[in-house]
Amino acid sequence: MKKETGKEYTIALVAVGLGLLAGALLMLVTGNNPILGFIYLFSGGLMNIERIGNTLATATPLIFTGLSVAFAFKTGLFNIGAAGQMLIGGLCATALGLTLAWPKPLLLTVIIIASALGGALWGLVPGLLKAKFNVHEVVCTIMMNWIAYWSVYYIVPAYFKGAYLETESRRIPEAASLKVKWLTGLFNGSYINLGFFLAIIAVVVIAYILERTTLGYELKAVGFNRHAAEYAGIHANRNIILSMMIAGACAGLGGAAFYVGYASNMQIGVLPSQGFDGVAVALLGSNSPWGVFLAAIFFGVLHSGKGFMNAMSHVPPEIADSIIATIIYFSATSMLIEKYWGRIQKQLAGKGKTDLPLAGEEEFKEKVGGAS
Amino acid sequence: MWWSLVEQIFPYAIAYTVPLLITALGGLYSERSGVVNIGLEGLMIVGFFTSAFVISRLESMLPGTAIWLGLLLAMIAGALFSLLHAFACVTLNANQVISGTAINMLAGALTVYLARHMTGSGNILIMNGLIRRNIPVLSQIPIIGRLFFTQTYATTWVVLAILLVSWFLLYKTPFGLRLRACGEHPQAADAAGINVYRMRYIAVLISGACAGLGGAVILVTYSGEFNGSVAGLGFLALAALIFGQWKPLGILGATFFFGLASTIANVSQAIPALAKIPGILLKNFPYIVTLLVLVFFSKSTQAPRAAGEPYDKGKR
Repeated sequence: MKKETGKEYTIALVAVGLGLLAGALLMLVTGNNPILGFIYLFSGGLMNIERIGNTLATATPLIFTGLSVAFAFKTGLFNIGAAGQMLIGGLCATALGLTLAWPKPLLLTVIIIASALGGALWGLVPGLLKAKFNVHEVVCTIMMNWIAYWSVYYIVPAYFKGAYLETESRRIPEAASLKVKWLTGLFNGSYINLGFFLAIIAVVVIAYILERTTLGYELKAVGFNRHAAEYAGIHANRNIILSMMIAGACAGLGGAAFYVGYASNMQIGVLPSQGFDGVAVALLGSNSPWGVFLAAIFFGVLHSGKGFMNAMSHVPPEIADSIIATIIYFSATSMLIEKYWGRIQKQLAGKGKTDLPLAGEEEFKEKVGGAS
Repeated sequence: MWWSLVEQIFPYAIAYTVPLLITALGGLYSERSGVVNIGLEGLMIVGFFTSAFVISRLESMLPGTAIWLGLLLAMIAGALFSLLHAFACVTLNANQVISGTAINMLAGALTVYLARHMTGSGNILIMNGLIRRNIPVLSQIPIIGRLFFTQTYATTWVVLAILLVSWFLLYKTPFGLRLRACGEHPQAADAAGINVYRMRYIAVLISGACAGLGGAVILVTYSGEFNGSVAGLGFLALAALIFGQWKPLGILGATFFFGLASTIANVSQAIPALAKIPGILLKNFPYIVTLLVLVFFSKSTQAPRAAGEPYDKGKR
């Protein structure tokens, strides 16, 4: 068991290394100094307390969407609809924030619950169609993404139009924002907000559900082998629907964290990239809640540092997205890495003339760590 | 009054349909061979970018030919980019949906990265797109002439020709039969002496070329500017592929339906007779219809049976 976890870490590290390498190549091709570029990229995300706060705030929606994708994946479902679920969660949060004039603690509680419910509803449809009609959840969630996109596109200007721009909602009042004074002050006025703590709670809750409850056991059993699970008396259909709803709820909370936490109004005509980044986060975190957490923080650094890097070195900010996309490609093709990893491990074991495979593993991990 | 409205809308609907049609057609090749390609959106962006880059560089030197060169290179770039997908899905047996997602993200980020490096803003403008032309003689036919043969883009006819050739290729030649066999039962195809891996590579490359052309058509017809996004048209093409039940003629009908709905939604504000239909319904219509079609045909779906599954030689 221990060995398997080691393998997952190795794959993740190699994928990250290859992604950074691709980023370096891209910088070289466009005539920039990659070492300097990376220094700016990482210092842009981690240089001072304010930037660290921004990094955590950027990572917050990614934690939620990563959890969403990872949770569905445990039941053998591919939730590529986190973007749409996030939009609907954000729409619910924004709508309530702009309508209700309640005291902050009460309003925030309602907003958080509503955004989770909105996301869960958007996950319920694919879950239901998968369970009842065997409609493939990938196609279904893609359609749900665009239904969410166009719904927001027409609902926001119709009911919550901003004062000057047609393409965004009004600013939400202070009472509806997840930003709180003490936290903003603590991080020197950064974007960090209560959403980050909500995300940590979500990680703990999801980890608890997966590892310690009957529900989690059943969900995973359905994911491993639906037919075997049914034979053992588990209602596969109910579990599929539940799994998609919980995944949707996670992404919906991500919508609240982004639209009433990080941002303070809602733009139309944008499918949030965090939804697709969530796939990368889940993959890199090998679908475990705490792995998702770490992967999201890493992507948060890339995303929040790219602006600073762009300002200092003329490397276009899309470098961060390119690196993330490369990482997800190499995670998808992890077979290749596994194959070479096995080969290298064998060679190292042969050279050291030891029967302990763990020695070779340690050595390789060090090398990979050095390369990335 | 209604008739003049139809005549007004029709050219726009066709212009909007064509990129969808060619991209969905690309998806047809890929899925018929057993490889799900949700990277169509990204491949369209690659074609969109390549054509904008080529045309903006060459149009002052080679007016006229630059556009066609741009279309050609967009197809080649799309095919080359789809190699990444083919390598992951066919050679490495990777999860096709994850690979497709990576293609989408990579294409979006990489093209804007390069465009921003070149122009600063990340947008690439071309000075001249294609010119709409009337087809001689045919445009004189009453009714049909006005709708189909006046004010047409040359690319529309190219794409329709590709549709015709594709139908012939897929349903009337040994190559098409083999390609479809790989998507239905690859083990059986392999037993019959077909190289499943090669077939799937070819199919994915064709889908990349078609999607690349789709992106380029957007540029030279109604857009005129690369802006880093095709606004979900690749996913809409995927929906059309399903709505058309994986058949060339079905795809033609589905894409035209979607093109018309989108056009009506886009112009409804300007035309009072259409303003009554809420835009939210028109824009969501293609996606809701696709979901309904999936539900209705869930028992008798025409989807290639092995689509989405990596080919495992040892499996029975």
